[in-house]
Amino acid sequence: MQSAKNRSSLLRNPGLQTLLASLICVALGLLVGYIALLIINPAGATEAILDVIKNFWAYSKPEKQLKNFGVTLVTTAPLLMCSLSVLFAYKVGLFNIGAAGQYVAGAGASLYCALALHLPWYLCLIAAMLTGALLGAISGCLKAYRNVNEVISCIMLNWISLYLVNTLLTKVKNPTGKDTYTVASQSAGSMLPTLGLNNLFNQKNVTLAIPLAIVMCVFIWILLSKTKLGYELRATGLNKNAAKYCGMRDRYNIILTMAIAGGLAGMGAAMLYLSDFEQWAVTQASVPAMGFNGIAAAFLGGLNPIGAIFSSYFIQHITRGGANVNMNMYCAQISDLISSVIIYMCSFVLFMKQFMNRRLDARQSRKGGHDA
Amino acid sequence: MMLLLQYTLIFTSVLMLVALGGCFSEHSGVINIGLEGIMVFGALGGALVMRYLPTGTAPAVIFCVTAIAAMLAGILYSLLLAVAAINFKADQTLVGTAMNLLGVSAATVIVKAINTAADSSNVSSEIMYVEAKKAFVIVPGTEFSWFMVLAVILLIASYIILYKTKFGLRLMACGEHPQAADSVGINVYRMRYAGVLISGLLGGLGGLVYITAGVSAWKFENGVAGFGFLALAVMIFGAWKPQQIALAALLFGLFRSLSNVYTGFAFLKNLNLPSTVYNMLPYIISLVVLAIFSKNSAAPKAEGIPYDKGMR
Repeated sequence: MQSAKNRSSLLRNPGLQTLLASLICVALGLLVGYIALLIINPAGATEAILDVIKNFWAYSKPEKQLKNFGVTLVTTAPLLMCSLSVLFAYKVGLFNIGAAGQYVAGAGASLYCALALHLPWYLCLIAAMLTGALLGAISGCLKAYRNVNEVISCIMLNWISLYLVNTLLTKVKNPTGKDTYTVASQSAGSMLPTLGLNNLFNQKNVTLAIPLAIVMCVFIWILLSKTKLGYELRATGLNKNAAKYCGMRDRYNIILTMAIAGGLAGMGAAMLYLSDFEQWAVTQASVPAMGFNGIAAAFLGGLNPIGAIFSSYFIQHITRGGANVNMNMYCAQISDLISSVIIYMCSFVLFMKQFMNRRLDARQSRKGGHDA
Repeated sequence: MMLLLQYTLIFTSVLMLVALGGCFSEHSGVINIGLEGIMVFGALGGALVMRYLPTGTAPAVIFCVTAIAAMLAGILYSLLLAVAAINFKADQTLVGTAMNLLGVSAATVIVKAINTAADSSNVSSEIMYVEAKKAFVIVPGTEFSWFMVLAVILLIASYIILYKTKFGLRLMACGEHPQAADSVGINVYRMRYAGVLISGLLGGLGGLVYITAGVSAWKFENGVAGFGFLALAVMIFGAWKPQQIALAALLFGLFRSLSNVYTGFAFLKNLNLPSTVYNMLPYIISLVVLAIFSKNSAAPKAEGIPYDKGMR
């Protein structure tokens, strides 16, 4: 009896409920992916889904495992920043679909500062942050002063920044292709320091970005849950009018939130592009998916900065794993399919939690009846 | 000049169809950010039909079957939004975003699987429909297609349905004040389903028109390159009203096609602006217009808020 009571109160713990809901989302996403693989070709489906889940464990040599683990981490850092950006804004009641555009702006600023102006890495990083913050602040101002829905203004700004960045980066394009120059070849001082992590993982793109992203995570967690500013921001998110009534500056808070969120996403872009992991293709016709995946990571992580670390890693883990599937039968996009199903399922999290609570309520009232 | 006219009209038809779709959904009270994904699925449905129809099918049959396939694909896909947003009261922006990502990835997986099954060395996500596409064209050798006619018919139909029928007025009531609508016996859930599914129908058709605009093959990896979002801008610019949406679509279609063909005009070429400027302009204009007019926005009052019978 006692243990049953403990168990039910444990299940009522919101943190545990979130974790459970996220795990259900992941399981359903993988299940849909597996079914898709089965439909395409039943022969190799099990092997393929295991390839996706295992990612670097699929390699037998430890060096190769480590190297691929490193690659996964390199792409995790920017995703983590984007998801921090989304969850930070969401805590204040704003849906930052503009993380994608702020990420683009950050990429443009950091690459231009590195390739054209040859600035040191920390200035490039700050430039990316400020540009992202500026873009976020524009959405924030439009929301605060002109009542423009942030989702709509962010979508517009996503495309505006994509075209602007494409134009800007054409100036530092490698004439032989559509990509920008590598940072290392033009301005070695603009590369993020590696702190020896590159040797540890035997992968040259592993840099300061990874520890820095985790530090930012902790910083955002402290800011949101331990400071007065964080308290005010969350209060504004919960009830704008009540917060205003208590003397909090609601407009200022909205703009500040969007600026911080934008800065985080912009910094994320710098973390990827200043490590030379990939170059910017100036002909790209659609906004990079990193920012949108940030939305997935934020919700999968239960809108918690620490949860975001795990969810971001998980999404990049399966994305990277998707590259391992047998290309004669399947395509790497199967991972994108899985992660998009996961983000779709995440929209049911609220319902799942309500469902769990209702079941617990029902059980409790049944028990109560017995006792009486 | 002729080229500009052709492209403007075809892009206008696309934007108008999709924006009208968004208009129906939002008037019923459901924000549809997922139009981009719906377009991809509509395009996929149409493209697959074009691929598998036997050669020598009568043009009229090709046109009807393809258009219906695109609409059905759009409707099926929009069910994802309807179920999540209406039955499960999910965050509509989140669902829409998921649908956009899912649309592109699922379409890519499906097309690649089909291509690879047909020829194991073919790993592209492209579907070709050179022959079938000819069935849509009114004047051979140009881009004037029957879809433009269909788009105009659907525009008029949308206007009549929204403003002149009982159904349309009830639909709009559900987007303005669902509790009031419910109190007079309108089934809000059913109306919202209708709104979302109509947006799926129009969005799917728009997707098909888009992938047949000036090209006869489509790479599904690319999605629909932001046209769904542009259509959202058209819808807002058009103040959620069909007649204004048509004008907004014309304006946006003009700018969009200028970015394709501006080099054909001496005076535009002399301005020496990069083509990205023309791509950007529609977004900038709509942002400015939003900033000016959003204080008293024409948006349906209850959009984005899940309807809960228990909350009165």
